[in-house]
Amino acid sequence: MSAAAIELIGVDKRFGSVHANRDIHLTIEKGTIHGIIGENGAGKSTLMSILYGFYQADSGEIRINGKSTKITDPNAAIGMGIGMVHQHFMLVENFTVLENVMLGVEGAPLLKKGIAKARAELKRLEQEYELDVDPDALIEELPVGLQQRVEILKALYRGAEILVLDEPTGVLTPPEADHLFRILEQLRDQGKTIILITHKLREIMAATDNVSVMRQGSVVATKKTSETSVEELAELMVGRRVLLRVQKGEAQPGEVKLSVENLTVRDSRGVIMVDNASFNVRAGEIVGIAGVAGNGQSQLIETIAGIRAAVAGRVLLDGQLIDIMGAADPGELRDRGLAHVPEDRHHMGLVLAFEEYENSILGYHDDPLYLKGPFLDIDAIKADARKKIEKYDIRPGDPNLKTANFSGGNQQKIVLAREIERDPGVLIIGQPTRGVDVGAIEFIHKRIIEMRDAGKAVLLVSVELDEIRSLSDRILVMFAGRIVGERDAEADEGELGCLMAGVEQLEAAE
Amino acid sequence: MSQPFAKLPAWADYGLLPLINLIVAFFVAGLVVLLVGESPIEAAVLMVKGAFGTGDGVGYTLYYATNFIFTGLCVAVAFHCGLFNIGGEGQAYIGGLGVAFVGLGLGDTLPWWIVFPLAIVASGIAGALWALIPAWLQARRGSHVVITTIMFNFIAASIMVYIVVQILKPMNIQSPETRVFGAGGQLPSLGWLLNAVGLNMRSAPLNLSFLIALVAAFLVWVLIWRTKLGYEIRTMGFSPKAARYAGISELRIIIITMMISGALAGMMALNPIMGAQHRLQLDFVAGAGFVGIAVALMGRSHPVGIVLAAILFGMLYQGGAEIAFDMPNISRDMIVIIQGLVILFAGALEHMFRPTLQRIFHGLSLKKDQTVPVIAGGGQ
Ligand SMILES: Nc1ncnc2c1ncn2[C@@H]1O[C@H](COP(=O)(O)OP(=O)(O)OP(=O)(O)O)[C@@H](O)[C@H]1O
Ligand SMILES: [Mg+2]
Repeated sequence: MSAAAIELIGVDKRFGSVHANRDIHLTIEKGTIHGIIGENGAGKSTLMSILYGFYQADSGEIRINGKSTKITDPNAAIGMGIGMVHQHFMLVENFTVLENVMLGVEGAPLLKKGIAKARAELKRLEQEYELDVDPDALIEELPVGLQQRVEILKALYRGAEILVLDEPTGVLTPPEADHLFRILEQLRDQGKTIILITHKLREIMAATDNVSVMRQGSVVATKKTSETSVEELAELMVGRRVLLRVQKGEAQPGEVKLSVENLTVRDSRGVIMVDNASFNVRAGEIVGIAGVAGNGQSQLIETIAGIRAAVAGRVLLDGQLIDIMGAADPGELRDRGLAHVPEDRHHMGLVLAFEEYENSILGYHDDPLYLKGPFLDIDAIKADARKKIEKYDIRPGDPNLKTANFSGGNQQKIVLAREIERDPGVLIIGQPTRGVDVGAIEFIHKRIIEMRDAGKAVLLVSVELDEIRSLSDRILVMFAGRIVGERDAEADEGELGCLMAGVEQLEAAE
Repeated sequence: MSQPFAKLPAWADYGLLPLINLIVAFFVAGLVVLLVGESPIEAAVLMVKGAFGTGDGVGYTLYYATNFIFTGLCVAVAFHCGLFNIGGEGQAYIGGLGVAFVGLGLGDTLPWWIVFPLAIVASGIAGALWALIPAWLQARRGSHVVITTIMFNFIAASIMVYIVVQILKPMNIQSPETRVFGAGGQLPSLGWLLNAVGLNMRSAPLNLSFLIALVAAFLVWVLIWRTKLGYEIRTMGFSPKAARYAGISELRIIIITMMISGALAGMMALNPIMGAQHRLQLDFVAGAGFVGIAVALMGRSHPVGIVLAAILFGMLYQGGAEIAFDMPNISRDMIVIIQGLVILFAGALEHMFRPTLQRIFHGLSLKKDQTVPVIAGGGQ
């Protein structure tokens, strides 16, 4: 048998007191799709960053195709045929696909010659792997699914034999994700090696040949995918049995807490994003908004939360109008008992440069609890932050750590802890479990249901249909800015899918 | 993925790196000195001796440093809000009007310890008001403060010429300046402070405003890191989107921050006007507003760094004057070149050596790891 594509021997990495990778031994066979799963902060991204030369391991050895190598920086990694597709794309937005693909490897001092060569090569790659994209399209005009394809093309163009994808489906719709897996299978069949990191165990089962489980910096198991199950993987990851679907009792809806009437929102270019939407959310129920990303859900919740202005309609919180036209002040809405977990935690929900405790009061920094006159009561804030860290099991549990240094899932928990622990009357949540591990999902889902059972109104937006179905008491489907249907929690998945794809709209039009 | 390499320990980040930058700046400056046919070593000795060797040297160095602390703080406060206030020069200029107003009006009748607090307030208000219009234009109309504050520097200069020459200048004086303030408009010198460490300051103009500058630095630290307002300023500076989400009014924060920034620049006027010349002379700001940008950059917008950087620039000013005096080939302009090099390396190119240093530190920590199996704590 030929040498393994990648062999990691005793790889170890610390960040200060955090032991991110402990003595990792991992073998990845050539021509396979190898999944890596693990809790938030288990060290998956760190390990891949070491493989790609972003970080240097403190000790240990990396063998590529049987040869011991030192990967000093990403260029060295590319030279060895390793390509990486980052969760946050690294594309130049106002360049074309072609320009992005050839960026840095122009091939000739004069662009013209390089462009012709690149175009031909790109064409060949596209045909070989069925990766269709218009080479002259601008990146900013492409949907995320296609942008990701460009990232893959970029790696292949640089001669990648080994492709690392870190949580590639976090931003994709289910059909886009399916398409991605078809592409990956094809790449594997052509002899490429693929490492796939994801929190979605279903994807692991569907797409990988082998899977390794990481826990607290170590690889605790490597299995053949065909010989394991979702339940076993979840248990290996978290170290205990995990409920993959939350249990909840019957909802006891009370009075209307939040009511939206004929809401219409335009974006900065004047395009209608929310089109005459009307619905309400009662105390003690969870209303889920399902829909493919980009159909106005983001604009809808941002408007209700006072961040964006509407052009028409009314929103009432506890029967009182919210001034959505003049863009209500989010701070004032918080005082009135409306909490908001934004979809975009990196830019809106958190200040990444802040220490953890500073983010634990973002938006609530007016609360006398955290202040002594005009001064911040830092001891009180930290004590409060520690409590939340404990309760939400945020790791590492250090309120002084810079927020950017927490793993994605733990960042999400910082936001959730802050908003839920205020015990708001109405909770708006966007993508509560994006990038969050199964153990934490179980926890977050439980807390959301506890909120409901305590008589709070919850408005949930998620592109994960599973999540919507398992949490919601009522489901609204959004398509092209409009609410195109309402179903109860038992609704058929296929039917919801059709609504989300706007099929009924099309039929009605005919 | 913003930090591809291991982080530097704090002492290297805030101590070693600026030091390396400085050494390189001085090295290149030395080459320039060599080029005009003077000995760089001798020039360096002259500079340090001129700045710190004598009582009056120290007095002058700290006197200049006082100006730079104020203007450095002015730039830093705006930086924390993500604003680049280049208008310190003009704000200090207009601040001078506030000082002159109080000094001329009350200096003859009231003692200095009553006049001084009033002058502080007046200079601060004048500087703050001068920053208000660019702030408002930025917050409401999106006109970039970089552009508007530069324009306001020119407007301030013209206004001052008009006011000093046409209104404030007494008939019997030839140069563009006001009359000398009464005794109450003159600040006590800090000669006693230097005496306490055995130095004789002679005629150097170091005065009470130096201590006020240090107090201002401390208050800025409190403001930025310990108050709710500072929290809001930093949130806005790091992420306007998060500020919006947190219910922080952009308009309010930009205006307040710019006014605080302008007030700090305005207070710089106390030092030359009330502390040294005891009258308003037309060119009293003398570029301190611009040096403040370099000071803030070099001091990493932290008050401690700013005080240290301000003293460094005070040394360049004072020691530079000595060099120009003693070395005929080196003119005043040469000194500006040397100061420019320091700004270039310590300010604009401050990150040039970072990756190399990070790699070296990483190498060191690896070696340590092999001998000592458990190391804890990175450095922060
Ligand atoms: N630059 C850094 N400085 C300090 N600590 C870091 C740094 N990068 C990562 N860490 C820490 O290392 C640990 C592993 O992080 P990593 O990002 O590899 O986790 P992960 O398995 O990818 O998690 P997630 O599923 O949430 O993305 C975490 O505890 C994280 O806080
Ligand atoms: Mg990760």
